Amino acid sequence: MSAFAQHLAFAFRTGIRNRTLLLLNYLFPLGFYLLMALLMGRINPLFPPIMLPSMITFAIVASTLLGLPDELVTAREAGILRSYKINGVPAVYLVIIPALTTGLHGALVSAIICLTGPSLFGASPPTDWLGLIICFAAAWLALAGLAVLIGVISPSTRVTVLWSQLVFLPSMILGGVTGVPADLLPEGLQRLALLLPPTWAMRALNGWPMSGVLGASSTALAILVAGGLLAFGLAVYLFSWDRHSGSRRANPLLALLALAPYVVGVLLGG
Amino acid sequence: MAESVVSVEQLTKRYGDLVAVDQISFAIRPGEVFGLLGPNGAGKTSTLECLEGLRTPDGGALRILGVDPVRHPRKLRDLIGVQLQSASLPDTIRVDEAMRLFCAYHGVPPRYDLLERMHLGAKAHAQYHELSAGQQRRLALALAVAHDPPVLFLDEPTAGLDVPARVELHALIRELQAGETTIILATHDMAEAEELADRVAILLRGRVAATGSPLELTATGAALTKISVRTQDGCLLDAPVTFTAAQQAATKGEYAIYFSEDTAQTVAAILAYLAAQSDPLVDLRVERPSLEDRFLEIVTEGAAP
Repeated sequence: MSAFAQHLAFAFRTGIRNRTLLLLNYLFPLGFYLLMALLMGRINPLFPPIMLPSMITFAIVASTLLGLPDELVTAREAGILRSYKINGVPAVYLVIIPALTTGLHGALVSAIICLTGPSLFGASPPTDWLGLIICFAAAWLALAGLAVLIGVISPSTRVTVLWSQLVFLPSMILGGVTGVPADLLPEGLQRLALLLPPTWAMRALNGWPMSGVLGASSTALAILVAGGLLAFGLAVYLFSWDRHSGSRRANPLLALLALAPYVVGVLLGG
Repeated sequence: MAESVVSVEQLTKRYGDLVAVDQISFAIRPGEVFGLLGPNGAGKTSTLECLEGLRTPDGGALRILGVDPVRHPRKLRDLIGVQLQSASLPDTIRVDEAMRLFCAYHGVPPRYDLLERMHLGAKAHAQYHELSAGQQRRLALALAVAHDPPVLFLDEPTAGLDVPARVELHALIRELQAGETTIILATHDMAEAEELADRVAILLRGRVAATGSPLELTATGAALTKISVRTQDGCLLDAPVTFTAAQQAATKGEYAIYFSEDTAQTVAAILAYLAAQSDPLVDLRVERPSLEDRFLEIVTEGAAP
């Protein structure tokens, strides 16, 4: 088995062994899904049609934005990244591998939601499974990219929590993830919501997979893929092996460039 | 003289206005154990980390087996093994997983025999956070030597180890040295440096304050040989007795203590005096100045305005 495969397998197991990651990858999204399905599914008739897209988006947001950055910052603070560096682990692996394993955990949780939602809670099933897989991948790309970028630029775990919550909390309220359709929000808030990647993830997953029409997700897919690639690129560029090295290639503020595709989305008006 | 394995010429490392390493130079020969000593902030770790490719020097030239750590970091990885002082592994990685993973990155088969050698065989399935501090350091050393590197960097290798583990580690270092591994050892433990190192460099304020074998360094110091004498009747304790070449006298318990420039002359004088007093000798100890004494002397001289 190659070093990359060994590392990927270890990182995947870590997502289950580490209690915090287990909570964020599985227990939190599945618990939230059960709660929302049991409550909102009964009291809000608008929820069952968007149950799968919103709960899949929530699963990706929880595992990426809440789990990934802290893992990276902790590894840097504890000197784990230095151990990797002296043994020849490329920086790009340390950005990609945790993101990939988070995607795998997210895919497993999404599969559970897709398999149980329609039969147990009356959720509308996807009409285009290929569309669902592609939209899931795009949403993962954007959110995992943003998460590793936060992990790379954060100077400490405390700041990491702040940055992550800055995206996570508004996304819960404005992004349509909690079952409140985004188009019911005031126009100003709707525009603000477009700055948040989860809003576009929700749009993508609620479009093509549910309607079977690719065009329903095309803008969101383009923005998510552009945002994800830009964020991953910036994360690799700004990567630092330790907090003292001062070897970062550029000012961390450069990371704000990763929001450019979402700003374009706002200018396009969604 | 054999071509040096590690060569450091005019190495400089700055952090803002602070010059941590100031144009230092030294060379390390094949198969040598080279001790890097110095008080905190002397520049040991910065020097090591520049050599290991973890930091970029601000000046000077570095070579490890002809490889420039800055220009060819990938080539360097297979040439060196590093046990860092401030490094760690993920909490949830198992001991055997760590061995598999790091060996895979070096392209060699896993060395489970090293886990046995470091008394970690029974802990092969334990996660990193379940290991004691000593076990974590032994694992770090096992991982550092797993790809059989010709050059090994050890930064405080025995810190936190109990006595048996320390003895075992010293035996392993000697075994590696016998196998032609060149070892750079940074330590605060002078006894360890004296026991293991062929040569040492003492760093002070980013500069090399002294270099040589431990014997050479201790021989050049101003420290005196300590002679402790205990007799049956304690005739040396009753009143101050002075001897040839012995500059100071003190007592500690039943021992009279002298510091001598000429050990043989002082010992002969003490024995003659005891014979004259008919006071039988019970114990006589001669302690030459240690590397620690010489180190403290150098540090004190260096700290003086």
